[in-house]
Amino acid sequence: MEELLDILKDLHPDVDFEHCTTLIDDKILDSIDIVSLVAEINDAFDVAVPAEEIVPENFNSAQALWEMIQRLDEV
Amino acid sequence: MQRNVLEYLEATAPRLPDKVAFSNGTDSLTFGQLSRSARGIGTWLAGQGLSHEPVVVFMEKHPHSIAAFFGVVYSGCFYVPIDEEMPAYRVELIFQTLKPRAVLCDEKTRSQVEAMGYDGILCNYEAAAATEPDDGVLAAIRAAQLDTDPLYIVFTSGSTGVPKGVVACHRSVIDYIEQLSATLGFSEETVFGNQTPLYFDACLKELYPTLKFGATTYLIPKSLFMFPIKLVDYLNEHKINTVCWVVSALTMISGFRVLEKQVPEYLHTIAFGSEVFPIRQFQLWRKALPNAKFTNLYGPTEATGMSCFYHVDRDFEADEVIPIGQPFPNTGILLLTEDNKLAAPGELGEICIKGTCLTMGYYRMPEKTAECFVQNPLNDAYPELIYRTGDLGRYNERGELVFVSRKDFQIKHMGHRIELQEIEVVAAMHPEVAQACATYDKEKDKIHLYYTGGAESGELSAFLKEKLPRYMLPNRMERLERMPLTPNGKVDRKALAAK
Repeated sequence: MEELLDILKDLHPDVDFEHCTTLIDDKILDSIDIVSLVAEINDAFDVAVPAEEIVPENFNSAQALWEMIQRLDEV
Repeated sequence: MQRNVLEYLEATAPRLPDKVAFSNGTDSLTFGQLSRSARGIGTWLAGQGLSHEPVVVFMEKHPHSIAAFFGVVYSGCFYVPIDEEMPAYRVELIFQTLKPRAVLCDEKTRSQVEAMGYDGILCNYEAAAATEPDDGVLAAIRAAQLDTDPLYIVFTSGSTGVPKGVVACHRSVIDYIEQLSATLGFSEETVFGNQTPLYFDACLKELYPTLKFGATTYLIPKSLFMFPIKLVDYLNEHKINTVCWVVSALTMISGFRVLEKQVPEYLHTIAFGSEVFPIRQFQLWRKALPNAKFTNLYGPTEATGMSCFYHVDRDFEADEVIPIGQPFPNTGILLLTEDNKLAAPGELGEICIKGTCLTMGYYRMPEKTAECFVQNPLNDAYPELIYRTGDLGRYNERGELVFVSRKDFQIKHMGHRIELQEIEVVAAMHPEVAQACATYDKEKDKIHLYYTGGAESGELSAFLKEKLPRYMLPNRMERLERMPLTPNGKVDRKALAAK
């Protein structure tokens, strides 16, 4: 989780990623963020986020992202 | 001879009154409704005594904002679209240049305009559109209009920190729409999926051919460009067959390997531009849609949309670049070397454009206009303007024009044209930033900002968000103890870019 938060902080140093649960709904993340984020998650956690997982529910909070990573890691 | 873009609408609306012209998937305007609303707005604006002046359309991206554009044109004024997500600071800069006497807004944006302390005429779309059209008034306005009257102003990044307003007239837009439509083969059957924002010239590609042919345009919600499967679903649901997108929107789909699972099955015409298309991504598209027509477009805002096209007719190796091809008919390209001679085949030169496509220059910026719109140096016999794009290109061995690089620090990032110095100027406004330098990593399509001074990156990031549009925000920021300098004391951009 720490590593994920670091990746997120790098994208937007001014956002409180620990607590924000509306990253998509409030337009905090945009499409370039999603592209960078998926690439970095793939690299850092040695997973391959498939297109089906790239949905708003998985990107609205750090917690949701973390749960997705865990899920992908189990496969 | 056609003199006004509204003639497109006036030919189509009586023929196809109930066909949907513009839709976002939820709300739609038919050609009949579009015509009625636009004439209502035109009548209302004319009633306010407005004529031959900029009217700001400060609205959410919606079919209504398009009706507002045409309403402004009916009044004999020219429209200036403003992005509702643009930071107030930037909107204020634009208002200082325009000094607009009237602004059209919607429920959502009204408070934003009021918060700026704007004291001119402010009217909600709904109220203006509900006005009973006065055909006599509108006909009198039209009779007095010239095809050289301005149609719109769109604002683009300026290196001094002040955005530049590019003014285009009816004639250059009509010329562009005619040439583009013939080149891409638009028709009444065309269903456009619009991706680009309405506050740039890029949306001309959908707006005016829709009027001309009685086609339909879907304004695709911006949020879908984050979620590729939903995006392809949307394209299929609305049977979208034609897209003119920036490359990064197309690679969003191919890059996440969506095309292996799901193909936009109605798509047969794909135009792209503003950026280099990575060949591997391009091949994924061609493989998924082997029968579709792919066209690379190139052109600066100052020459009204696009100036050159290349229909992809062969395969490319991973290290090759897709050419920008040849100019549209009735557009002239001069490739000029540094000493203002025509570049020899294969030689590098600045791409310069001439013809009806040239816009009228930058609004209230005569010096800047005179710098870029200049007398053709190859012609000393009569006045003939060319626009110096600042883009460097060359002809390949097949005689196709190829874009090579920029002369200055202008970049294309996610399809947006940005002057890196504008980011630096704004960053340096922060009280605790001493020096700032922005660089662009082309390979990763990322903007990096290096700065000196005491500001925390979080603070600076929040500061920039208040002043710059989203697409200009640096993707990475780094504080340095000191800026690397070249031997003659300038910031060493190369050293920073290599970091």
